[in-house]
Amino acid sequence: MIVPRHYKEMPQRYRLQGNRCKACGKVFLPPRLVCPCGSEDLEDYSLSWKGKILSYTIIRTPPTQFKYQKPYAVAIVELEGGGTVQCQVTDTSLEEVEIGKEVEIVFRKIFSEGEAGIHCYGYKCRVV
Amino acid sequence: MRDVAVIGIGITKFGELWWQNLRELYVEAALKAIKDAGVDHLDSMYVGCMTSGLFCAQEHLGSLMADYLGQKHLPAYRIESACASGGLAFRLGYIEVASGMSDIVLVGGVEKMLTGADATFALASAADQEYEAFHGNTFPGLYAMIAKAHMTKYGTTREQMAAVAVKSHDNGSKNPNAQFPLKISKEMVLNATPVADPLGLFDCSPVSDGAAAVILCPVELAKKYTDTIIKVIGSGAATSTIALHQRDDITFLDAVYQAGKRAYEVAGLKPEDIDFAEVHDCFTIAEICCIEALGFCEVGQGGPFSEAGNTALDGKVPINTSGGLKSKGHPVGATGVAQIVELVEQLRGSAGERQVKNAKRGLAQNMGGSGGSSVVHILEVQ
Ligand SMILES: [Zn+2]
Repeated sequence: MIVPRHYKEMPQRYRLQGNRCKACGKVFLPPRLVCPCGSEDLEDYSLSWKGKILSYTIIRTPPTQFKYQKPYAVAIVELEGGGTVQCQVTDTSLEEVEIGKEVEIVFRKIFSEGEAGIHCYGYKCRVV
Repeated sequence: MRDVAVIGIGITKFGELWWQNLRELYVEAALKAIKDAGVDHLDSMYVGCMTSGLFCAQEHLGSLMADYLGQKHLPAYRIESACASGGLAFRLGYIEVASGMSDIVLVGGVEKMLTGADATFALASAADQEYEAFHGNTFPGLYAMIAKAHMTKYGTTREQMAAVAVKSHDNGSKNPNAQFPLKISKEMVLNATPVADPLGLFDCSPVSDGAAAVILCPVELAKKYTDTIIKVIGSGAATSTIALHQRDDITFLDAVYQAGKRAYEVAGLKPEDIDFAEVHDCFTIAEICCIEALGFCEVGQGGPFSEAGNTALDGKVPINTSGGLKSKGHPVGATGVAQIVELVEQLRGSAGERQVKNAKRGLAQNMGGSGGSSVVHILEVQ
Protein backbone atom coordinates (compact mmCIF):
# COMPACT_ATOMS: atom_id res chain seq x y z
CA MET A 1 0.00 0.00 0.00
CA ILE A 2 2.84 2.40 0.78
CA VAL A 3 4.60 1.91 -2.60
CA PRO A 4 2.68 4.49 -4.70
CA ARG A 5 2.79 6.85 -1.72
CA HIS A 6 6.54 6.45 -1.40
CA TYR A 7 7.08 6.83 -5.17
CA LYS A 8 5.36 10.23 -5.12
CA GLU A 9 7.72 11.49 -2.39
CA MET A 10 10.98 10.35 -4.07
CA PRO A 11 12.21 13.82 -5.16
CA GLN A 12 11.94 14.99 -1.54
CA ARG A 13 13.41 11.81 -0.06
CA TYR A 14 16.22 11.23 -2.58
CA ARG A 15 17.31 14.81 -3.33
CA LEU A 16 15.85 16.99 -0.53
CA GLN A 17 13.85 18.70 -3.27
CA GLY A 18 11.74 21.40 -1.59
CA ASN A 19 10.96 25.01 -2.33
CA ARG A 20 11.55 28.54 -1.03
CA CYS A 21 9.24 31.53 -0.68
CA LYS A 22 10.45 34.39 -2.86
CA ALA A 23 8.68 36.92 -0.63
CA CYS A 24 10.03 35.96 2.82
CA GLY A 25 12.78 33.43 2.07
CA LYS A 26 11.34 30.58 4.13
CA VAL A 27 12.37 27.08 2.97
CA PHE A 28 10.00 24.10 2.87
CA LEU A 29 10.39 20.34 2.65
CA PRO A 30 8.04 19.06 1.33
CA PRO A 31 7.32 21.94 -1.07
CA ARG A 32 4.22 24.03 -0.35
CA LEU A 33 1.84 25.77 -2.74
CA VAL A 34 1.34 28.69 -0.38
CA CYS A 35 3.66 30.18 2.27
CA PRO A 36 2.34 31.01 5.76
CA CYS A 37 3.29 34.63 4.91
CA GLY A 38 0.53 34.56 2.27
CA SER A 39 2.73 34.49 -0.82
CA GLU A 40 2.07 31.95 -3.60
CA ASP A 41 5.34 32.87 -5.31
CA LEU A 42 7.66 29.97 -4.44
CA GLU A 43 10.68 28.61 -6.34
CA ASP A 44 12.23 25.14 -6.43
CA TYR A 45 15.01 24.77 -3.88
CA SER A 46 17.25 21.85 -2.98
CA LEU A 47 17.97 21.88 0.72
CA SER A 48 21.54 21.70 2.05
CA TRP A 49 23.00 18.33 3.10
CA LYS A 50 24.66 19.95 6.14
CA GLY A 51 23.05 21.07 9.39
CA LYS A 52 22.88 20.73 13.16
CA ILE A 53 20.70 18.89 15.68
CA LEU A 54 17.93 21.01 17.27
CA SER A 55 16.50 18.16 19.36
CA TYR A 56 16.51 14.37 19.37
CA THR A 57 15.31 11.21 21.06
CA ILE A 58 16.33 7.57 21.20
CA ILE A 59 13.45 5.30 20.18
CA ARG A 60 13.40 2.13 22.29
CA THR A 61 9.78 1.09 21.56
CA PRO A 62 9.44 1.35 17.77
CA PRO A 63 6.53 0.67 15.41
CA THR A 64 6.53 -2.90 14.02
CA GLN A 65 8.27 -2.07 10.76
CA PHE A 66 11.26 -0.58 12.62
CA LYS A 67 11.54 -3.33 15.24
CA TYR A 68 14.83 -4.74 13.94
CA GLN A 69 16.49 -1.32 14.10
CA LYS A 70 15.95 -0.50 17.78
CA PRO A 71 17.35 1.36 19.58
CA TYR A 72 17.83 4.21 17.13
CA ALA A 73 18.08 8.00 17.38
CA VAL A 74 15.70 10.38 15.59
CA ALA A 75 16.59 14.07 15.37
CA ILE A 76 15.22 17.38 14.19
CA VAL A 77 17.95 18.85 11.97
CA GLU A 78 18.16 22.51 10.99
CA LEU A 79 19.83 22.69 7.59
CA GLU A 80 22.30 25.35 6.46
CA GLY A 81 20.53 27.85 4.21
CA GLY A 82 17.10 27.12 5.67
CA GLY A 83 14.61 24.33 6.27
CA THR A 84 14.33 21.62 8.90
CA VAL A 85 13.90 17.86 8.57
CA GLN A 86 13.23 15.00 10.95
CA CYS A 87 15.29 11.86 10.34
CA GLN A 88 17.23 9.04 11.94
CA VAL A 89 20.83 9.52 13.07
CA THR A 90 23.00 6.79 11.56
CA ASP A 91 26.70 5.78 11.62
CA THR A 92 26.90 7.43 15.07
CA SER A 93 26.97 5.91 18.55
CA LEU A 94 23.89 6.87 20.59
CA GLU A 95 26.11 8.58 23.19
CA GLU A 96 27.42 10.98 20.54
CA VAL A 97 23.98 12.32 19.64
CA GLU A 98 23.51 15.73 21.30
CA ILE A 99 21.65 18.97 20.71
CA GLY A 100 23.86 21.37 18.73
CA LYS A 101 26.01 18.66 17.07
CA GLU A 102 26.89 19.23 13.40
CA VAL A 103 25.54 16.58 11.04
CA GLU A 104 25.53 15.71 7.35
CA ILE A 105 22.63 14.18 5.47
CA VAL A 106 23.25 10.75 3.92
CA PHE A 107 21.17 8.51 1.62
CA ARG A 108 20.03 5.28 3.29
CA LYS A 109 17.40 2.56 3.33
CA ILE A 110 14.76 3.60 5.88
CA PHE A 111 12.76 0.34 6.20
CA SER A 112 11.28 -2.51 4.19
CA GLU A 113 7.56 -2.23 3.73
CA GLY A 114 5.38 -4.90 5.36
CA GLU A 115 4.26 -7.94 3.39
CA ALA A 116 5.65 -6.90 -0.01
CA GLY A 117 9.08 -6.20 1.52
CA ILE A 118 9.70 -3.24 -0.80
CA HIS A 119 12.73 -1.22 0.31
CA CYS A 120 11.93 2.43 1.04
CA TYR A 121 14.93 4.77 0.79
CA GLY A 122 15.44 8.31 1.96
CA TYR A 123 17.63 10.57 4.09
CA LYS A 124 19.25 10.03 7.45
CA CYS A 125 21.94 12.14 9.10
CA ARG A 126 25.23 11.39 10.82
CA VAL A 127 27.31 13.36 13.27
CA VAL A 128 30.46 14.75 11.60
CA MET B 1 -26.08 32.82 20.39
CA ARG B 2 -27.87 31.08 23.25
CA ASP B 3 -26.27 30.16 26.58
CA VAL B 4 -25.57 26.42 26.78
CA ALA B 5 -25.56 24.06 29.78
CA VAL B 6 -24.28 20.53 30.37
CA ILE B 7 -27.17 18.61 31.96
CA GLY B 8 -26.01 15.01 31.80
CA ILE B 9 -22.80 13.00 31.99
CA GLY B 10 -21.85 9.37 31.48
CA ILE B 11 -18.56 7.50 31.46
CA THR B 12 -17.37 3.89 31.30
CA LYS B 13 -14.50 2.40 33.22
CA PHE B 14 -11.24 3.13 31.35
CA GLY B 15 -8.77 0.32 30.81
CA GLU B 16 -8.29 -3.03 29.11
CA LEU B 17 -11.93 -3.83 28.47
CA TRP B 18 -11.54 -7.02 26.43
CA TRP B 19 -15.19 -7.99 26.95
CA GLN B 20 -16.63 -4.78 25.43
CA ASN B 21 -16.48 -3.74 21.77
CA LEU B 22 -16.54 -0.27 20.23
CA ARG B 23 -20.31 0.12 20.00
CA GLU B 24 -20.99 -1.34 23.46
CA LEU B 25 -18.57 1.10 25.06
CA TYR B 26 -20.16 4.05 23.31
CA VAL B 27 -23.74 3.05 24.06
CA GLU B 28 -22.96 2.40 27.75
CA ALA B 29 -21.62 5.95 28.21
CA ALA B 30 -24.38 7.52 26.08
CA LEU B 31 -27.21 5.76 27.96
CA LYS B 32 -25.73 6.84 31.29
CA ALA B 33 -25.63 10.47 30.08
CA ILE B 34 -29.23 10.32 28.79
CA LYS B 35 -30.45 8.88 32.10
CA ASP B 36 -28.39 11.32 34.14
CA ALA B 37 -29.94 14.25 32.22
CA GLY B 38 -33.44 12.79 32.25
CA VAL B 39 -34.14 13.74 28.62
CA ASP B 40 -36.67 11.76 26.58
CA HIS B 41 -35.26 12.46 23.12
CA LEU B 42 -32.19 13.77 21.25
CA ASP B 43 -32.05 16.27 18.38
CA SER B 44 -28.59 15.34 17.15
CA MET B 45 -25.35 13.63 18.13
CA TYR B 46 -21.60 14.11 17.72
CA VAL B 47 -19.23 11.16 18.01
CA GLY B 48 -15.58 11.96 18.70
CA CYS B 49 -13.25 9.16 17.65
CA MET B 50 -9.70 9.25 16.34
CA THR B 51 -9.08 6.09 14.41
CA SER B 52 -11.62 3.31 14.76
CA GLY B 53 -10.63 2.52 11.16
CA LEU B 54 -7.10 1.47 12.14
CA PHE B 55 -8.01 -0.08 15.50
CA CYS B 56 -11.28 -1.84 14.57
CA ALA B 57 -11.56 -1.49 10.74
CA GLN B 58 -14.80 0.36 11.43
CA GLU B 59 -15.78 3.81 10.14
CA HIS B 60 -19.23 5.37 9.62
CA LEU B 61 -19.59 5.79 13.36
CA GLY B 62 -22.37 8.39 13.37
CA SER B 63 -24.89 5.94 11.95
CA LEU B 64 -23.56 2.89 13.80
CA MET B 65 -23.77 4.57 17.20
CA ALA B 66 -27.14 6.23 16.57
CA ASP B 67 -28.60 2.87 15.52
CA TYR B 68 -27.23 0.93 18.50
CA LEU B 69 -28.34 3.73 20.85
CA GLY B 70 -31.89 3.09 19.65
CA GLN B 71 -31.88 6.44 17.81
CA LYS B 72 -32.22 5.38 14.16
CA HIS B 73 -32.78 8.45 11.87
CA LEU B 74 -31.02 10.82 14.32
CA PRO B 75 -28.60 13.20 12.56
CA ALA B 76 -25.18 12.06 13.82
CA TYR B 77 -21.68 13.26 12.99
CA ARG B 78 -18.31 11.62 13.53
CA ILE B 79 -15.61 14.17 14.44
CA GLU B 80 -11.87 13.55 14.11
CA SER B 81 -8.97 15.69 15.27
CA ALA B 82 -6.60 12.95 16.48
CA CYS B 83 -6.53 12.87 20.32
CA ALA B 84 -8.57 16.13 20.37
CA SER B 85 -11.53 14.45 18.63
CA GLY B 86 -13.65 14.39 21.80
CA GLY B 87 -12.99 18.03 22.69
CA LEU B 88 -13.73 19.13 19.15
CA ALA B 89 -16.96 17.09 19.10
CA PHE B 90 -17.98 18.90 22.30
CA ARG B 91 -17.28 22.27 20.70
CA LEU B 92 -19.43 21.42 17.67
CA GLY B 93 -22.29 20.17 19.84
CA TYR B 94 -22.01 23.40 21.85
CA ILE B 95 -22.13 25.48 18.66
CA GLU B 96 -25.20 23.60 17.40
CA VAL B 97 -27.13 24.28 20.62
CA ALA B 98 -25.87 27.87 20.93
CA SER B 99 -26.89 28.59 17.33
CA GLY B 100 -30.50 27.60 18.00
CA MET B 101 -30.37 24.77 15.45
CA SER B 102 -31.02 22.06 18.07
CA ASP B 103 -32.10 21.91 21.71
CA ILE B 104 -30.85 18.57 23.02
CA VAL B 105 -27.53 17.29 21.70
CA LEU B 106 -25.50 14.30 22.84
CA VAL B 107 -21.72 14.51 22.51
CA GLY B 108 -19.87 11.24 22.95
CA GLY B 109 -16.28 10.13 22.57
CA VAL B 110 -14.98 6.60 22.19
CA GLU B 111 -11.86 4.63 21.38
CA LYS B 112 -11.29 0.89 21.34
CA MET B 113 -7.49 0.59 21.26
CA LEU B 114 -6.86 -2.91 22.63
CA THR B 115 -7.85 -4.90 19.58
CA GLY B 116 -4.58 -6.53 18.59
CA ALA B 117 -3.79 -3.70 16.15
CA ASP B 118 -0.35 -2.01 16.40
CA ALA B 119 -1.22 0.98 18.63
CA THR B 120 2.09 2.74 17.99
CA PHE B 121 1.44 2.61 14.23
CA ALA B 122 -2.21 3.68 14.53
CA LEU B 123 -1.38 6.63 16.79
CA ALA B 124 1.45 7.72 14.49
CA SER B 125 -1.22 8.55 11.90
CA ALA B 126 -1.79 11.73 13.94
CA ALA B 127 1.76 12.80 13.07
CA ASP B 128 2.97 13.82 9.60
CA GLN B 129 2.89 10.36 8.03
CA GLU B 130 5.39 11.08 5.21
CA TYR B 131 7.89 13.22 7.14
CA GLU B 132 7.78 12.01 10.76
CA ALA B 133 6.31 8.50 10.97
CA PHE B 134 8.16 7.43 7.78
CA HIS B 135 11.45 7.97 9.62
CA GLY B 136 10.48 5.73 12.52
CA ASN B 137 9.43 8.40 14.97
CA THR B 138 6.55 7.69 17.37
CA PHE B 139 4.36 9.76 19.69
CA PRO B 140 6.55 9.12 22.71
CA GLY B 141 9.46 10.06 20.43
CA LEU B 142 7.92 13.38 19.41
CA TYR B 143 7.17 14.37 23.01
CA ALA B 144 10.64 13.16 24.00
CA MET B 145 12.11 15.65 21.52
CA ILE B 146 9.94 18.38 23.09
CA ALA B 147 11.24 17.27 26.51
CA LYS B 148 14.92 17.31 25.42
CA ALA B 149 14.50 20.81 24.01
CA HIS B 150 12.61 22.01 27.12
CA MET B 151 15.31 20.59 29.40
CA THR B 152 18.04 22.30 27.36
CA LYS B 153 16.25 25.66 27.06
CA TYR B 154 14.75 25.98 30.56
CA GLY B 155 16.64 23.51 32.73
CA THR B 156 13.58 21.30 33.27
CA THR B 157 14.55 18.04 34.99
CA ARG B 158 13.37 14.43 34.85
CA GLU B 159 12.51 14.73 38.56
CA GLN B 160 10.13 17.61 37.77
CA MET B 161 8.46 15.53 35.06
CA ALA B 162 8.22 12.62 37.50
CA ALA B 163 6.45 14.90 40.00
CA VAL B 164 3.68 15.38 37.42
CA ALA B 165 3.12 11.62 37.13
CA VAL B 166 3.19 11.10 40.92
CA LYS B 167 0.60 13.86 41.42
CA SER B 168 -1.70 12.52 38.68
CA HIS B 169 -1.60 9.00 40.14
CA ASP B 170 -2.41 10.41 43.60
CA ASN B 171 -5.57 11.91 42.08
CA GLY B 172 -6.32 8.85 39.96
CA SER B 173 -6.15 6.61 43.04
CA LYS B 174 -9.35 8.39 44.13
CA ASN B 175 -11.13 7.80 40.80
CA PRO B 176 -13.02 4.47 40.54
CA ASN B 177 -13.12 4.72 36.71
CA ALA B 178 -9.34 5.12 36.37
CA GLN B 179 -7.35 2.50 34.47
CA PHE B 180 -4.42 2.67 36.92
CA PRO B 181 -5.84 3.92 40.25
CA LEU B 182 -2.49 3.31 41.96
CA LYS B 183 -0.14 5.64 43.78
CA ILE B 184 3.40 5.64 42.40
CA SER B 185 6.71 7.02 43.66
CA LYS B 186 9.18 9.34 41.98
CA GLU B 187 11.72 6.50 41.96
CA MET B 188 9.31 4.28 40.03
CA VAL B 189 8.98 6.95 37.34
CA LEU B 190 12.73 7.59 37.13
CA ASN B 191 13.66 3.89 37.01
CA ALA B 192 10.92 2.75 34.62
CA THR B 193 11.64 1.03 31.30
CA PRO B 194 12.89 3.67 28.83
CA VAL B 195 10.48 4.26 25.91
CA ALA B 196 11.99 7.23 24.08
CA ASP B 197 14.77 9.08 25.91
CA PRO B 198 14.27 10.97 28.21
CA LEU B 199 10.76 9.51 28.64
CA GLY B 200 10.17 6.21 30.42
CA LEU B 201 7.06 4.08 30.70
CA PHE B 202 5.69 6.10 33.65
CA ASP B 203 6.02 9.37 31.72
CA CYS B 204 3.52 8.01 29.16
CA SER B 205 -0.25 7.69 29.28
CA PRO B 206 -1.49 4.14 28.67
CA VAL B 207 -3.28 2.52 25.74
CA SER B 208 -6.93 2.29 26.81
CA ASP B 209 -10.48 1.38 25.90
CA GLY B 210 -13.29 3.64 27.05
CA ALA B 211 -16.09 6.05 26.26
CA ALA B 212 -17.65 9.18 27.72
CA ALA B 213 -20.75 11.21 26.87
CA VAL B 214 -22.51 14.43 27.85
CA ILE B 215 -25.87 16.05 27.09
CA LEU B 216 -26.07 19.72 26.10
CA CYS B 217 -29.12 22.00 26.00
CA PRO B 218 -29.89 25.72 26.24
CA VAL B 219 -29.61 27.16 29.78
CA GLU B 220 -33.28 28.17 29.66
CA LEU B 221 -34.35 24.59 29.00
CA ALA B 222 -31.81 23.18 31.50
CA LYS B 223 -33.86 24.58 34.40
CA LYS B 224 -36.52 21.99 33.54
CA TYR B 225 -34.04 19.16 34.20
CA THR B 226 -31.82 20.35 37.05
CA ASP B 227 -31.29 22.97 39.74
CA THR B 228 -27.50 22.89 39.30
CA ILE B 229 -26.90 24.81 36.08
CA ILE B 230 -23.42 24.17 34.66
CA LYS B 231 -22.87 26.60 31.85
CA VAL B 232 -20.29 26.59 29.06
CA ILE B 233 -18.83 30.08 29.41
CA GLY B 234 -15.83 29.78 27.09
CA SER B 235 -14.85 27.77 24.02
CA GLY B 236 -11.80 28.00 21.79
CA ALA B 237 -10.13 25.81 19.18
CA ALA B 238 -6.94 26.23 17.16
CA THR B 239 -4.62 24.34 14.82
CA SER B 240 -0.88 24.40 14.22
CA THR B 241 1.49 22.57 11.89
CA ILE B 242 1.34 18.85 12.72
CA ALA B 243 5.02 18.19 11.88
CA LEU B 244 6.98 19.06 15.01
CA HIS B 245 10.12 20.06 13.07
CA GLN B 246 8.20 22.78 11.23
CA ARG B 247 7.32 24.71 14.39
CA ASP B 248 9.29 27.85 15.24
CA ASP B 249 9.75 26.74 18.87
CA ILE B 250 9.02 23.10 19.68
CA THR B 251 8.90 23.80 23.44
CA PHE B 252 5.84 26.08 23.10
CA LEU B 253 2.46 24.57 22.20
CA ASP B 254 1.09 27.44 20.12
CA ALA B 255 -2.24 25.76 19.28
CA VAL B 256 -2.89 25.32 23.02
CA TYR B 257 -2.03 28.96 23.63
CA GLN B 258 -4.34 30.12 20.81
CA ALA B 259 -7.27 27.90 21.83
CA GLY B 260 -6.87 29.03 25.46
CA LYS B 261 -6.64 32.70 24.50
CA ARG B 262 -9.92 32.45 22.56
CA ALA B 263 -11.71 30.61 25.37
CA TYR B 264 -10.51 33.15 27.96
CA GLU B 265 -11.68 36.00 25.69
CA VAL B 266 -15.16 34.50 25.23
CA ALA B 267 -15.45 33.98 29.00
CA GLY B 268 -13.93 37.36 29.83
CA LEU B 269 -11.54 35.62 32.22
CA LYS B 270 -7.83 35.30 32.95
CA PRO B 271 -5.91 32.14 33.91
CA GLU B 272 -5.96 33.16 37.60
CA ASP B 273 -9.79 33.08 37.54
CA ILE B 274 -9.78 29.30 36.92
CA ASP B 275 -10.26 27.11 40.03
CA PHE B 276 -9.06 23.79 38.52
CA ALA B 277 -8.30 22.26 35.13
CA GLU B 278 -8.11 19.04 33.17
CA VAL B 279 -5.22 19.32 30.69
CA HIS B 280 -3.96 16.94 28.02
CA ASP B 281 -1.15 15.08 29.82
CA CYS B 282 -0.53 12.36 27.23
CA PHE B 283 3.07 12.58 28.52
CA THR B 284 4.44 14.26 31.66
CA ILE B 285 6.20 16.90 29.55
CA ALA B 286 2.87 17.61 27.80
CA GLU B 287 1.25 18.64 31.09
CA ILE B 288 4.20 20.95 31.79
CA CYS B 289 3.95 22.58 28.34
CA CYS B 290 0.12 22.81 28.51
CA ILE B 291 0.00 24.61 31.87
CA GLU B 292 2.59 27.05 30.49
CA ALA B 293 0.61 27.70 27.28
CA LEU B 294 -2.61 28.14 29.28
CA GLY B 295 -0.97 30.76 31.50
CA PHE B 296 -1.18 28.89 34.82
CA CYS B 297 2.54 29.57 35.25
CA GLU B 298 5.27 31.41 33.35
CA VAL B 299 6.60 29.91 30.12
CA GLY B 300 9.54 27.66 31.01
CA GLN B 301 8.47 27.34 34.67
CA GLY B 302 6.04 24.42 34.34
CA GLY B 303 8.57 21.98 35.82
CA PRO B 304 9.40 23.82 39.07
CA PHE B 305 5.75 24.97 39.36
CA SER B 306 4.58 21.34 39.31
CA GLU B 307 7.33 20.04 41.58
CA ALA B 308 6.42 22.68 44.21
CA GLY B 309 2.93 21.19 44.54
CA ASN B 310 0.97 24.03 42.89
CA THR B 311 -0.95 21.56 40.70
CA ALA B 312 -1.92 19.13 43.49
CA LEU B 313 -5.53 18.72 44.70
CA ASP B 314 -4.88 21.25 47.49
CA GLY B 315 -2.52 23.39 45.40
CA LYS B 316 -2.89 26.81 43.78
CA VAL B 317 -4.53 25.37 40.66
CA PRO B 318 -5.35 21.65 40.86
CA ILE B 319 -4.53 20.00 37.52
CA ASN B 320 -6.01 16.70 36.35
CA THR B 321 -8.08 15.91 39.42
CA SER B 322 -9.42 12.86 37.55
CA GLY B 323 -5.93 11.36 37.39
CA GLY B 324 -5.46 12.78 33.92
CA LEU B 325 -4.67 10.75 30.85
CA LYS B 326 -1.74 9.31 32.78
CA SER B 327 -3.64 7.50 35.55
CA LYS B 328 -7.27 7.60 34.41
CA GLY B 329 -6.32 6.28 30.96
CA HIS B 330 -6.36 7.69 27.42
CA PRO B 331 -8.86 6.14 25.01
CA VAL B 332 -7.95 8.92 22.59
CA GLY B 333 -11.36 9.80 21.09
CA ALA B 334 -13.05 9.65 24.51
CA THR B 335 -10.51 11.80 26.36
CA GLY B 336 -11.86 15.26 25.49
CA VAL B 337 -15.40 14.32 26.55
CA ALA B 338 -14.13 12.58 29.70
CA GLN B 339 -12.43 15.87 30.68
CA ILE B 340 -15.84 17.61 30.50
CA VAL B 341 -17.35 14.79 32.62
CA GLU B 342 -14.71 15.49 35.32
CA LEU B 343 -15.39 19.23 35.20
CA VAL B 344 -19.11 18.59 35.73
CA GLU B 345 -18.44 16.16 38.63
CA GLN B 346 -16.28 18.79 40.33
CA LEU B 347 -18.75 21.65 39.67
CA ARG B 348 -21.64 19.55 41.00
CA GLY B 349 -19.56 18.78 44.10
CA SER B 350 -19.89 15.06 43.44
CA ALA B 351 -16.21 14.20 42.89
CA GLY B 352 -15.93 12.34 46.21
CA GLU B 353 -12.45 11.97 47.67
CA ARG B 354 -10.91 14.03 44.88
CA GLN B 355 -13.31 16.97 45.26
CA VAL B 356 -11.68 20.41 44.87
CA LYS B 357 -12.89 22.85 47.56
CA ASN B 358 -15.02 25.73 46.24
CA ALA B 359 -14.82 24.57 42.63
CA LYS B 360 -16.80 27.17 40.67
CA ARG B 361 -14.95 27.37 37.36
CA GLY B 362 -13.08 24.63 35.56
CA LEU B 363 -11.11 24.51 32.31
CA ALA B 364 -10.69 21.51 30.00
CA GLN B 365 -7.91 21.43 27.39
CA ASN B 366 -7.73 18.64 24.82
CA MET B 367 -4.91 18.29 22.28
CA GLY B 368 -4.30 16.44 19.02
CA GLY B 369 -1.00 14.88 17.98
CA SER B 370 2.12 16.67 19.21
CA GLY B 371 0.07 19.87 19.52
CA GLY B 372 -1.21 20.20 15.94
CA SER B 373 -4.69 20.94 17.29
CA SER B 374 -6.19 21.95 20.60
CA VAL B 375 -9.62 22.68 22.06
CA VAL B 376 -10.29 24.56 25.32
CA HIS B 377 -13.57 24.90 27.23
CA ILE B 378 -14.41 26.75 30.43
CA LEU B 379 -17.43 25.67 32.50
CA GLU B 380 -18.98 27.48 35.45
CA VAL B 381 -21.60 26.46 37.99
CA GLN B 382 -24.28 29.15 38.24
ZN1 LIG C 1 6.75 33.56 2.64
